[in-house]
Amino acid sequence: MSDPVLSVRNLSTTFATPRGALQAVDDVSFDVLPGEVLGIVGESGSGKSVTLRSIMGLLRPPTRLEGEVRWLGENLLRASRERMYKVAGGEISIIFQEPMTALNPVLTVGEQILESLYEHERMSKKQAKARAEELLALVGIPSPRERLGDYAHQFSGGMRQRAMIAIALASNPKLLLADEPTTALDVTIQDQILKLLLRLKDQLGMSVVIVTHDLGVVAQTCDQVAVMYAGRIVETAPVSQLLRSPRHAYTLGLLRSLPGGGVRRQPLLPILGAPPNLSDLPPGCAFAPRCPYVSDACRVRVPPLVEVAPEQRSACVHHDLLPRPGVAA
Amino acid sequence: MATSSLSPKRDARRSLLRVSPKPTLLLGLLLLAVFLAAALFPAQLAPYEPAEFDYTAIMQPPSAAHPFGTDNFGRDVLSRVIWGTRIDLQIALFTTLFPFIFGTLVGALTGYYGRWLDAIFGRIVDVVVVFPFLVLVIAIVAVLGPGLLNMYIAVSSVGWIYYARLVRGEVMVQKKAEYAQAARVMGYSPARVIFRHLLPNAVTPAIVYLMTDMSLGILLGASLGYLGLGAQPPTAEWGVMIADGKNFMVTAPWVTTFPGLALTAAGLTFSLIGDGLADLLRPRA
Amino acid sequence: MSEALLRVENLTKSFPVKEPLFGRLRGSPKRVVRALTGVSLEVRRGETLGIVGESGCGKSTLARCLVRLHEAEGGTIEYDGADVRALRGGALRAYNRRVQMVFQDPYSSLNPRMTVSQTLAEALTVHRVCPPREVKAKIQELLELVGLPPSAAQRLPHEFSGGQRQRIGIARALSVEPECLVADELVSALDVSVQAQVVNLLLELQEKLHLTVLFVAHDLRLVHHISHRVAVMYLGNVVEVADTDTIFARPQHPYTQALLAAAPDLDPAKKSVVAAVRGELPSPLKVPSGCPFHTRCPHAFDRCTREKPGLLPHVPGHLTACHLYDAAERHRLAKGEALQT
Ligand SMILES: Nc1ncnc2c1ncn2[C@@H]1O[C@H](COP(=O)(O)OP(=O)(O)OP(=O)(O)O)[C@@H](O)[C@H]1O
Ligand SMILES: Nc1ncnc2c1ncn2[C@@H]1O[C@H](COP(=O)(O)OP(=O)(O)OP(=O)(O)O)[C@@H](O)[C@H]1O
Ligand code: SF4
Ligand SMILES: [Mg+2]
Ligand SMILES: [Mg+2]
Repeated sequence: MSDPVLSVRNLSTTFATPRGALQAVDDVSFDVLPGEVLGIVGESGSGKSVTLRSIMGLLRPPTRLEGEVRWLGENLLRASRERMYKVAGGEISIIFQEPMTALNPVLTVGEQILESLYEHERMSKKQAKARAEELLALVGIPSPRERLGDYAHQFSGGMRQRAMIAIALASNPKLLLADEPTTALDVTIQDQILKLLLRLKDQLGMSVVIVTHDLGVVAQTCDQVAVMYAGRIVETAPVSQLLRSPRHAYTLGLLRSLPGGGVRRQPLLPILGAPPNLSDLPPGCAFAPRCPYVSDACRVRVPPLVEVAPEQRSACVHHDLLPRPGVAA
Repeated sequence: MATSSLSPKRDARRSLLRVSPKPTLLLGLLLLAVFLAAALFPAQLAPYEPAEFDYTAIMQPPSAAHPFGTDNFGRDVLSRVIWGTRIDLQIALFTTLFPFIFGTLVGALTGYYGRWLDAIFGRIVDVVVVFPFLVLVIAIVAVLGPGLLNMYIAVSSVGWIYYARLVRGEVMVQKKAEYAQAARVMGYSPARVIFRHLLPNAVTPAIVYLMTDMSLGILLGASLGYLGLGAQPPTAEWGVMIADGKNFMVTAPWVTTFPGLALTAAGLTFSLIGDGLADLLRPRA
Repeated sequence: MSEALLRVENLTKSFPVKEPLFGRLRGSPKRVVRALTGVSLEVRRGETLGIVGESGCGKSTLARCLVRLHEAEGGTIEYDGADVRALRGGALRAYNRRVQMVFQDPYSSLNPRMTVSQTLAEALTVHRVCPPREVKAKIQELLELVGLPPSAAQRLPHEFSGGQRQRIGIARALSVEPECLVADELVSALDVSVQAQVVNLLLELQEKLHLTVLFVAHDLRLVHHISHRVAVMYLGNVVEVADTDTIFARPQHPYTQALLAAAPDLDPAKKSVVAAVRGELPSPLKVPSGCPFHTRCPHAFDRCTREKPGLLPHVPGHLTACHLYDAAERHRLAKGEALQT
């Protein structure tokens, strides 16, 4: 197996809030291999976006970052500002959920692509224009030359997300981070954007990290999955393995609670209770208060993420008690 | 199949105490208590009669006998400031109460019903906001004749517009909130929807503005008193006192300084309270 | 189950666009968003009718017209034989008692200044659901019904989680003992792990109280699970209605087919690389002529651009608004005359 391009080790991110320290990301480790699509799934507030922001160096003191973010072997958390400037937005690009707020309303889409191009490469105006046009065509915007002069508000939601992707691609990134790239979009448009991302990944030889809370999106786009709960990664596995045979009680509960498994109009199998408050986590496994498999052992200490099957790691004390295959197909 | 999930608020525990009031609010309330005491019991608090001439002690600087000094008729400035509190608080109340109530009502109705009601209101606002507030008030007083009552009428007939605008905007926002729509679907009468559901959630900015407006009202009353259009001499009113003392500003600064300070303190009081109330009244999301 | 409780015919509704001042001064013509362009629908007593479609297709507008939060412009709404659009005053209030709505946003759908018991008591007293001295007991009964502890009564909305708030919203709607519940995106604002709890509650209550439910959602998996029948909307139109099983197994309308194909399946083996449908949703300011889907439809032919297809039972019990299923067209297509793409 080739070396990972990105390797996150024991990343912890702590915000200083008026009500005290809030640890939004807790000891998170994962790898992204070349050409791989990694999905990070989790419910709202589980720390997915903060993880991406930490990688991109978008968080400044007093927010505290610990651990390592190794990019091609180099720890970005220790990198100089200048170096970070080259990496984030250059070798690593990010796209956000809300394409309207992420695009600058007073610059044309073309100007924003050009800006990103000049930022990372020396080229003549003519070359840059041609490249911008090429990028818009690449992301599937019809008559790209004319659309370069348009403003974000003249684009539909799907086209804005395409434009965002074009801007992100301007720097020839080796890794694309996508924070809920399709959550704000309609299903048919989501479908188009996801397929576009997959095509671009192959075409340009990138790796991709997709953050989402939709397991369907994960199933259709990702190779590997990391499941987050309350700021921690609780399970990682290849996608089909995770969906077929989850080894963490939370993943299992989540999959079972989705409609579609059982008989129509029969009660679903919900996870009881509500997600925990980050500033007031229970001791041990954060899922313990809602978990049907819980025992005293779960509450002693935070269970470590350990290999429980080939290529599958889980932080569930009772991973061996969970049924296999686990989820009715 | 976007099973979206916004961030539900996790903090479902009971908070027995609502937000604890800020120290500034407490300070404001304390000051208000002082002013109220002066307004309610001037006779007991003031060492002299407010209109008592004493030609033996004209324009005395502050001393033990006259802590704030005396004016050109030998009247005790402290006593006059204390007696003036009654008038000026009254001005604060009467210049704002009617505008607040009437304006809130109009704002709620125009905000809720919109359409032609709103259109009429819009025209009135257009006309009124063209003129500076003070100019308009002075013009009305000039027509009605000087005096406190006419001043109240003048201020009230213009002042409600500002409350109405404020409440109207807020009601239009709240009207779109789903709880208000739910109230309509529950089959509640418009009156119930407006007064039970919308107003309590829409009136906060108006209450906060009311506090600011009270301090403005005092200043306005004092200004008009100063210009001879409000309270008439020899009434002990802060603005009138300042007007009376303006000629001796250099020789006897205490005659104008102390009523001026009282004016400032009263303004501060209402601002502090308004600020504190804004915090307390904000609903918790 | 076959009797129609609610019948909607040809319902239209549009919203004026707030033009920027500049445009108004130039005297450009007033534009309108055509939110509903002739919706026809039947809801049967005791069933759950799912309404799906993409953002902006008019689902919420339809729901709101049904409970009279919006006034429709044209068409009819008939509830249990009565003309809903003509109801005024007391009659409208009585109608709203029978047809209630549950809202989407758990944060704004409850009055932030009223405790749960105040919210429920208001509904109970205004509609005289029970004598004043029984109000307290009735509130406890409602809380139990939606699975909230008795202590919830004295609390303010901000003290509850999103899922609990949706339960309160349901309790409020149920307090007036309605027959029909319009649920607009009831669970879409909730965490995935909490959605199932609320869905179960809805299923259970429907059983217990014999409710008719109009379930508006964009989550196909959920609609599939909970509905007896499904209506698919596109750009202000209902384009297909059928039994849930039928529509998911044998969708007829090209849009329904695209929608189902686009929904990401939980099975990674079903991964495909081509997008289910090309093109973007047209703006509701410029609804295409003829079939609203013809700009994106892979099967569109000339008639589709000219003539709007009616919502017709080409197969018994399965309504589709598409020319492809017209008998004459079928015949032509079978002969291979009009096939394209
Ligand atoms: N700048 C910040 N300051 C303080 N707390 C923050 C900040 N940003 C995020 N948080 C907190 O960190 C936690 C994780 O947030 P994050 O945005 O990563 O969640 P998420 O998994 O992306 O959720 P969502 O699906 O809602 O986007 C949340 O509890 C959030 O309130
Ligand atoms: N009050 C309103 N004023 C103006 N336009 C409106 C109003 N309500 C809805 N619209 C427009 O009508 C169309 C239909 O909106 P509607 O809310 O019914 O869609 P929807 O199917 O519920 O979408 P979503 O899935 O996003 O909730 C949209 O184009 C919307 O912008
Ligand atoms: S009517 Fe025509 S355009 Fe519309 S869905 Fe059918 S085939 Fe496609
Ligand atoms: Mg996020
Ligand atoms: Mg809607």
